[in-house]
Amino acid sequence: MKLTIERSALLRSLGHVQSVVERRNTIPILSNVQLVAEAGALALTATDLDLAIVEQVPAQVARPGGTTAPAHTLYDIVRKLPDGCQIELSSSADNGRLTVKTGASEFSLACLPREDFPVMNEGELPHVFHLACRDLRRLVEKTRFAISSEETRYYLNGIYLHAKSLAEGNVLRAVATDGHRLARVEMPLPEGAAGMPGVIVPRKTVNETFKLMEGSEGAVELALSDSKIRFTFDSIVLTSRLIEGTFPDYERVIPTDNDKQVEVDRRVFAEAVDRVSTISQEKSRAVKLALTKDRMVLSVNSPDSGSATEEVAVGYDGGQLEVGFNSRYLLDIAAEIDGENAQILLADAASPTLIRDVSDASALYVLMPMRV
Amino acid sequence: MAQGQAVTELCRDCLRLAPASPGARCPACGSPRLLRHAELDRLSLAHLDSDAFYAAVEKRDRPELRDRPVIVGGGRRGVVSAACYVARTYGVRSAMPMFKALQACPHASVIRPDMAKYAAVSRHVRTILLSATPLVEPLSLDEAFLDLTGTEALHHRQPAQTLAALAERIEREIGITVSVGLSYNKFLAKIASELDKPRGFAVIGRSEAPGFLASRPVGIIFGVGQAMQRKLAADGIRLIGEVQGRERGDLVARYGAMGERLWAFARGHDTRPVDPAGERRSISAETTFEADLADRASLEAVLWRLAEKVSLGLKRAELASEGVALKLKTAEFRLRTRHARLAAPSQLAEQLFAAAAALLAREVDGTRFRLIGLGCDRLCPPPPADAADLADPDAGKRAAAERAVDRLRERFGAGAIGKGRGVFPARPPR
Repeated sequence: MKLTIERSALLRSLGHVQSVVERRNTIPILSNVQLVAEAGALALTATDLDLAIVEQVPAQVARPGGTTAPAHTLYDIVRKLPDGCQIELSSSADNGRLTVKTGASEFSLACLPREDFPVMNEGELPHVFHLACRDLRRLVEKTRFAISSEETRYYLNGIYLHAKSLAEGNVLRAVATDGHRLARVEMPLPEGAAGMPGVIVPRKTVNETFKLMEGSEGAVELALSDSKIRFTFDSIVLTSRLIEGTFPDYERVIPTDNDKQVEVDRRVFAEAVDRVSTISQEKSRAVKLALTKDRMVLSVNSPDSGSATEEVAVGYDGGQLEVGFNSRYLLDIAAEIDGENAQILLADAASPTLIRDVSDASALYVLMPMRV
Repeated sequence: MAQGQAVTELCRDCLRLAPASPGARCPACGSPRLLRHAELDRLSLAHLDSDAFYAAVEKRDRPELRDRPVIVGGGRRGVVSAACYVARTYGVRSAMPMFKALQACPHASVIRPDMAKYAAVSRHVRTILLSATPLVEPLSLDEAFLDLTGTEALHHRQPAQTLAALAERIEREIGITVSVGLSYNKFLAKIASELDKPRGFAVIGRSEAPGFLASRPVGIIFGVGQAMQRKLAADGIRLIGEVQGRERGDLVARYGAMGERLWAFARGHDTRPVDPAGERRSISAETTFEADLADRASLEAVLWRLAEKVSLGLKRAELASEGVALKLKTAEFRLRTRHARLAAPSQLAEQLFAAAAALLAREVDGTRFRLIGLGCDRLCPPPPADAADLADPDAGKRAAAERAVDRLRERFGAGAIGKGRGVFPARPPR
């Protein structure tokens, strides 16, 4: 293999693929990125066996071929090379080295044979549909904070993506929960997605996809079966296993008749929560919301560090109520509300509480109160 | 015993405390059970240890066994939990494998442990101890530390007298005997209670402590386990006397914080207070199988029973757990321990089981196991535990069901009701 490539193009692609590569690997070749040069393009592939990413980048290929080289090292080298330079990558089968050359710099990296690089077999992906990156990004952004990292309930370690028919029309829904909070965001169902199975997309896949969509105004093609999902962007293909298992019946925990309605300025509320929680204990982070007519008093009482209260004007007429929440969870949700006002719907101090964006019906959040 | 000091004498039967008399019997009541020590009226920290506790309780309930060897322990593959003093004369010891114990003493009566009964007796003993001082720190079901400092005015008795009275009351009311160790700190009190077993009363005073300790192995120091003993032996230290000769700085430089402890304990210094809360750091249970097990269903059936046991321990102690540990011992005696964190603190058997079963699933690979254990670490207070869970809407119902089962068991006994999976192994997966 021998090729010349523009440094910024290589850096960008390496940046994408190297983040899939785990820092520690028991299988050495998983630390490597596969480089394959063919017909005017370099294909870079990285995988952790659950997730594989392939990116094509234009290059002047002098001699087709391929190898695998340490991903993080190669990325660091390219990052440190001067901006705007042309990089020559070459390898030959006999010495097992990848040579990286530009100007006065020359590196030689230990390689592993390309034939040993694991290929993810994606199988048949019968359900194919297209989305605007912007829309998929929104589904991910507004739900991923609620993904659980609990190992025992591995089926909560991702976003549950599924089609749903509603009276108002069919939607594509993303749901995530860790048991304490739940986020549900939807969008009109794209054409071709009607028959898709409900799938649980793992956290890492979600995060990598999110990064790839940053700033993109284009479209993404989703193709999936009940065990794999593939995201295809212009020059990048990301294929991932799905989490096997059944996502819980989340609809049962979304309250429908919470009648105590609070309307509050999202920013004012978040800032007040943030301020009073300064003194809350590291572990519980509980903040108490005391509601009376058109008034909310937020307070934190910590036996060790002191107390704090702050009053916020709200729209409320549901009778006196005191309820506690984890302040961080409140802040996480408040951060996902784009509109000016948030609506909080309560039943009592122990039941699931609904939080919504007043100006956006397509996203909703459920939060369990804490005893305070 | 220190020279030049007036020796005090306590009659353990009539509680007479006076300067030592010349005879072998109490001048007041004629009892031979006299305890003489120069510091007897100045020591107030005690360790009380029940003699062959489980076996003693069983003998109390079955008087026909009184003079026969009794071993409390479980199963063919189990170990001896307790051996009565008759059985001990045949060489039976606690923690000895049952088959060995029965080789040594084939005619012993073997009784399966009834932990609920022992716990009830233990609570009764604790009530009696608490009548003397609130500073009672239970170490296990059958032993506790007591700090009787400053109780003279209350009881109009010296601590030594109070202790003799407590031992007498436990014998009379409960029907088991205890041994008392009296000293000026926990370390020495615990050593003292071993010196005169059974039905004993031993004293270690300040002046005699370093001399007494010098000839003892370093292993009796709290925190000096087998690994530390090996390390010390490699440095030529086996006895506490050999530590006493070392500089404090040297010990600290060589063994770190442990060196500091060695230095202090070797001199008979121990500043640990008697802590009635006796904070528990973990609760666990384990079982050795009658025959090695390899299949998941059978292992899970045992695991469920352990989960129930540990859960009961948590509920009784009013604690919840944030993490579980699974322990497996292979047929080749290789130990595997695996840990998982719970999503939220829990004291429910259901939750502990679910987490441990997930760990177990990864270990079942055809290996034959001889032992399984389940432990809870990261203990915390229960209030926030088991709140409703958005990812598991039925958790509340299951928690309520478990608590209902607990109430039934409280009324009708542990065998009154249980889950099928604790009785029959689950059907193998299709």
